[in-house]
Amino acid sequence: MSAASGFSPNRVAEMLRKELRQIFRDPQLYRILFVAPVVQLLMFGYAVSTDVRHTRTFVVDHAGDATSRRVVEALTAGGFFDVVGRSTRDADVVTELDHGRAVVGLVIPPRFGADLAAGDATVQLLVDGTNSNVATVALGHAEGILSSLGVTLAPPAAVAGLAPPIELRDRAWYNPDLASRDYNVPGVVGVLLFLVCMLLTALAVVRERELGTLEQLMVTPLLPLELVAGKALPFALIGLVDLVLVTLLAVLWFGVPFIGSPLLLLFATVLFLLPSLGLGLLISTTSKTQQEAFMASYLTLVPAILLSGFMFPVASMPPLFRWLSLLNPLRHYLEIVRGVFLKGVGLPELWRQHLWLLALGVAFVGVAAARFQKRIG
Amino acid sequence: MNLRRLLAVSRKEVLQLRRDRRSMVLAFLLPLLLLLLFGYAISWDVRDIATAVWDADGTPASRALLEAFWASGYFDEVARVGDAAAARAVLDRGEAAVVLALPRGFARKLASGETATVQALVDGSDANTATIVLAYSRAIVLGYGARVRLEGGRPPLPLTVQSRVWYNEELRSRNMIVPGLVAVIMMIIAAMLTSLTLSREWERGTMEQLASTPVSRAEVVLGKLLPYLAIGMVDVAATSAVGVLLFGVPFRGSVVLLAVLSFLFLLGASGIGIFVSAGSKSQLLATQVAMIVSYLPSLLLSGFMFAISSMPAPLRAITYLIPARYFLVVTRGIFLKGVGIEVLRGEALLMALFAVAGVTLAVVRFKKELE
Repeated sequence: MSAASGFSPNRVAEMLRKELRQIFRDPQLYRILFVAPVVQLLMFGYAVSTDVRHTRTFVVDHAGDATSRRVVEALTAGGFFDVVGRSTRDADVVTELDHGRAVVGLVIPPRFGADLAAGDATVQLLVDGTNSNVATVALGHAEGILSSLGVTLAPPAAVAGLAPPIELRDRAWYNPDLASRDYNVPGVVGVLLFLVCMLLTALAVVRERELGTLEQLMVTPLLPLELVAGKALPFALIGLVDLVLVTLLAVLWFGVPFIGSPLLLLFATVLFLLPSLGLGLLISTTSKTQQEAFMASYLTLVPAILLSGFMFPVASMPPLFRWLSLLNPLRHYLEIVRGVFLKGVGLPELWRQHLWLLALGVAFVGVAAARFQKRIG
Repeated sequence: MNLRRLLAVSRKEVLQLRRDRRSMVLAFLLPLLLLLLFGYAISWDVRDIATAVWDADGTPASRALLEAFWASGYFDEVARVGDAAAARAVLDRGEAAVVLALPRGFARKLASGETATVQALVDGSDANTATIVLAYSRAIVLGYGARVRLEGGRPPLPLTVQSRVWYNEELRSRNMIVPGLVAVIMMIIAAMLTSLTLSREWERGTMEQLASTPVSRAEVVLGKLLPYLAIGMVDVAATSAVGVLLFGVPFRGSVVLLAVLSFLFLLGASGIGIFVSAGSKSQLLATQVAMIVSYLPSLLLSGFMFAISSMPAPLRAITYLIPARYFLVVTRGIFLKGVGIEVLRGEALLMALFAVAGVTLAVVRFKKELE
């Protein structure tokens, strides 16, 4: 089938032109390319939040004095806790937590004011640990607020010598407000690119097979490599357009900082497209129908996303999975994207991730091309 | 409605399913994969925090505080730095998540009763991890301060906070995820498998054959639902068993209540799947529609991973329309809280409504499409 000798950029360009025309003629594809990424970015940008604020709090106040009211005020002042109910019976806090109407219960004992004046008061904090993340953070906030309040509220006589022995001063770099959105939205950029490139490449190739037009392509003088390149390139272009679209939206709509170099991001994205397209091609060689390709893509996407550090930190995985995640292009790309967006770091810090992307790209594309050739031959 | 005809439709569906390798993978392998990934591989628990130390004091007192950090089990020393630039560099390269800086004069201040300071410089880019790292650091410093106070013969702090965590006492994210996974797996069965049933008949042109047989619409819909309900219940039982036996997730409530409510939820979700399927002439379209209308919202907006209370108000309003939201209250309530029907009766009523609505929608839509 190879009457032509050598790889010809001209033929690839011809193929590319045909592919682009085909893509833009399909109204459904249009939607997947441009509408879906925007909708998904909006959905993820808003839904995926690990900020813990306005935690629903139920107060059982046995004291009912001015001091106990100060405690409740201090707790709710920062916006971390919202009081959803009050009572004077201990049993009520159990009911509220059981029903899930409150996440935190604050129990203030009788004679609280007098105890505090004597320098020996206790409050009880009951936390619903069902959502471990919310519970850990809420507990930290509450303990911090309450123990510093103790020093403020205690009478001067009791405060003598109360200057805390050690004080922790914290500073969060890169994201001083610790807004989880700044971390998540750049991650969505990576996930969307991965999804678009892999899924669409797989579907497009399999569709040719389904329609029986793949044979037509094979009898043309195109080399297998040219065929693969022509098939994958349009989606690489679309991926780059999506990158610009989604990045602009992240910065302008969600106000995510972009400190680093756009050029580096572009360069890294080109490297990242290699393994994404390679995986798409690989899936297309194993699927007979678009339906099968869709399922296979889904089965690839789920572990790739979960083991990328997109939502769950790589550092919290057991060693085996931490090691496995090195083979996941999304993991390396997310490290680059977040580094560029939030830290403003460059190649000196991120060269390893770039190398991984290149290596994985060459490997995936190589295997896919070999399998492609075999199926044709 | 004739039970024999209904079962005949079910048998035909089972035969078709058994031959469809992809469907079998989805029915049994995907739940296993998800369980492995969610139960074992990933978590939000922040442990072994990569910590760089900048100890400008270098005294026994500063080392004792660092020792308190290592003893907590949350922090691991990965590097020593000597100045601000080096501290910045380890954070830039992502080698450490936090730098603990103990300034010169730390021991002297501590001995003289002045307030000594420790600095925690965290990589805030991962806001969630950073928040938890800071919460741990604060607790350790507070605890160490109390010890110093006690050893120095100074009075304890006037206000003590006694905290107790309920339901998930060790605060493991796995305990929150596995009960939620029961719901997610059911959504997969419903969205990815059930949505294929009718569109498969359309795609293969067997729909007319099915229509010309004497089975009624309701018999077709219910007959097709039956095998998926069985698969779903097997998956629920397997997921729960593995979660409890292998991953040590507590199970404090009633098995029967979980089974009944799971069945109702599955019925509703599969009904929605058939509803989608009746309107899609191709399997590809059916899966995509089902993913978008039922699977993704259930994953993102149900509180499975992300607390609903942290979402903006419009999104929070939408979550009330998502059945999985209520079902998650059920699974977590039964697994972790051990509550019974007296607490969950509102959710139980909604599950029953959802089941009736799902099946009705499926039957009505199917009828309309064929005529």
